[in-house]
Amino acid sequence: MSPFVDALLLQAGYNAALVAIGAGLLGFAAGSSGTFLFLRKRALVSDAVAHATLPGVGLAFILMVSLGGDGRSLLGLLLGSAATAWLGLLLIEWITRNTRLAEDTAIGAVLGVFFGFGIVLLTVIQTMSAGRQAGLEGFLLGFTAGMLFEDAVVIAVGGSLAVLATWLLRRPMTLVAFDRDYAAALGYDVRRIDLLIMGLVMAVTVIGLKLVGLILIVAMLIIPAVTARFWTQRSNRVIWIAGGVGGAAGYLGAVLSASAPALPTGPIIVLTAAAIFVFSLLFAPVRGVLAALLRHRRFQARVHRRQGLLALAARHPIREAYTLRLLAREGLVRPDGVPTDAGRAQAAKVARDERRWDVAREIHQDAGLTGRYDGLTPIEEVFTADEIAEFDRRLGPPVAVEAG
Amino acid sequence: MTRIQQPTIAARDGRAARPATIPSDAPLAVRGLTVSYGEKPALFSVDATFPAHAMSAIIGPNGAGKSTLLKAVLGVIPRLSGEIRIFGMPIERARDRIAYVPQRASVDWDFPTTVMDVVQMGLYRKVGLLGRLSGRLTEQARDCLERVGMADFADRQIGQLSGGQQQRVFLARALAQDADLYLMDEPLAGVDAATERAIIDVLKLLKAEGKAVIAVHHDLSTVRDYFDHVFLVNVRRIAEGPVETTFTTENLQATYGGRLTATHLDELAVAGGAR
Repeated sequence: MSPFVDALLLQAGYNAALVAIGAGLLGFAAGSSGTFLFLRKRALVSDAVAHATLPGVGLAFILMVSLGGDGRSLLGLLLGSAATAWLGLLLIEWITRNTRLAEDTAIGAVLGVFFGFGIVLLTVIQTMSAGRQAGLEGFLLGFTAGMLFEDAVVIAVGGSLAVLATWLLRRPMTLVAFDRDYAAALGYDVRRIDLLIMGLVMAVTVIGLKLVGLILIVAMLIIPAVTARFWTQRSNRVIWIAGGVGGAAGYLGAVLSASAPALPTGPIIVLTAAAIFVFSLLFAPVRGVLAALLRHRRFQARVHRRQGLLALAARHPIREAYTLRLLAREGLVRPDGVPTDAGRAQAAKVARDERRWDVAREIHQDAGLTGRYDGLTPIEEVFTADEIAEFDRRLGPPVAVEAG
Repeated sequence: MTRIQQPTIAARDGRAARPATIPSDAPLAVRGLTVSYGEKPALFSVDATFPAHAMSAIIGPNGAGKSTLLKAVLGVIPRLSGEIRIFGMPIERARDRIAYVPQRASVDWDFPTTVMDVVQMGLYRKVGLLGRLSGRLTEQARDCLERVGMADFADRQIGQLSGGQQQRVFLARALAQDADLYLMDEPLAGVDAATERAIIDVLKLLKAEGKAVIAVHHDLSTVRDYFDHVFLVNVRRIAEGPVETTFTTENLQATYGGRLTATHLDELAVAGGAR
């Protein structure tokens, strides 16, 4: 079997299987926890939070070494990263609320300063432990070669808790993301819920550091939710679809990177997610680009059809080539623009409906019904047969539009 | 200009002296409310008392603090000073008795949610964090949609609605809260005539049930038709009272200053006016 199928069926070795399962779980957790980050329109805050994990990793390492430990205990490093990430998050909140600086400025400042400080710490650590590989640079872009069972357990437990919390707290989080003032009026503590949304994101960031790395984890939080938005109109479903997209991207990405030598896992996972995103962007049924294009073309055709038929009814020549092609294709005109019998009948109908609408507007002054006049909606969809009969009675005897 | 006129008008209608106590039965009473964004007060030492069994309008020019008043009452924005009582209680103990309709433009209508979902938001406090939206509650939400004539739209994504329909959905959400006091921020702004009638009918029904409605209102020509009580504000309180005696040319001029010309006023159905 090909290496890809081997990896897909978890037959490519213990480490590859562990990475694939871990990446799938992480992808699911990141996708669903990222939903409200996206809906609250604060995607970039998560980027700053991710970068703010780096100094925590360095500080935790230094602390553990100075206490006589190994310095590479995953739990210790993750706790350290969570501490500085939380600090960065609070700092962004504080700057936004208490200064005149906008949130994007606060994000930029926190991201740059924390990341810079983290790099300084990593450099210091390299000289400090000369000869001993700390391997902390791996947290930048993720490293999977040395993935242990305990790493997968951290992802499974932490990820499940994050998904569970997202589902349990979906109501207040939806409320805050959709209508903050209303949430506050109902008595919800908007600031605390905002921190909660970011706290979940931070938790997923921390558990995903080793696998995807802090630079790319933001993509795992955002891309699945944005992708899911193409497929549903309900926020509750966005949570699960985003989880599914993230999980699939994580698993497939890990499998892909395991099936060929020298493919970095984290970046491949992100590219897989991006591929699912691009597919959704183009082909999603209602919100996709293609669907929108088709809708627009259909609308354009309806407009041209109506204008063309009205022109026929008024015995004006049809000048637009597109209109002519359209009517000719339906057999309503001959290629030279002369209407067929069917064309005359259709034209008479459209012209008569226009006059019916005029009467309808007189009868139902400004009511909601006549508001639906757009020249395209068939009058039969708005008014009952009885009402239309009444319009016709007022219009007088069937006017022989096509008497000639 | 307002600053000079304020004391004279306050003195003339005899309310310059602040009552020592807040009436304990009024749906909403405010004393000395000051709210400021930065150093510039949006509301300055405002007193207001809104009556029960009535529809009240909050009227004033842009930036007069109308929306701010509602938001400060609800605790959506913090206040600098002042006392607020809802049915004689502080807001924290009266949450269940107030419903709020924010400005339509304040939310993103492309948000992934349906009409029914939005109305059910009005029930979130009742069901709590983990409670199920039972059949009875769903029925209640559907009933609220029925009352604003939107039952057929329950499953629509909210972005597919017209402005008037969006406003009706917001009203239905407030109805779902089943409150005694309805605070509404420009419920009639930018809606079609049919929606305006539908909304006013619902509000009149609420009033008939003994509830109080307080709405920020922008259309001076309909104040007489719709409301019983007016509160005129331009950062400070200008005047308040029954429409017949308070909605006068004089008070409007004091509220709007030079921005409301004499020709505008002639066209309005104000007390002592042309009508």
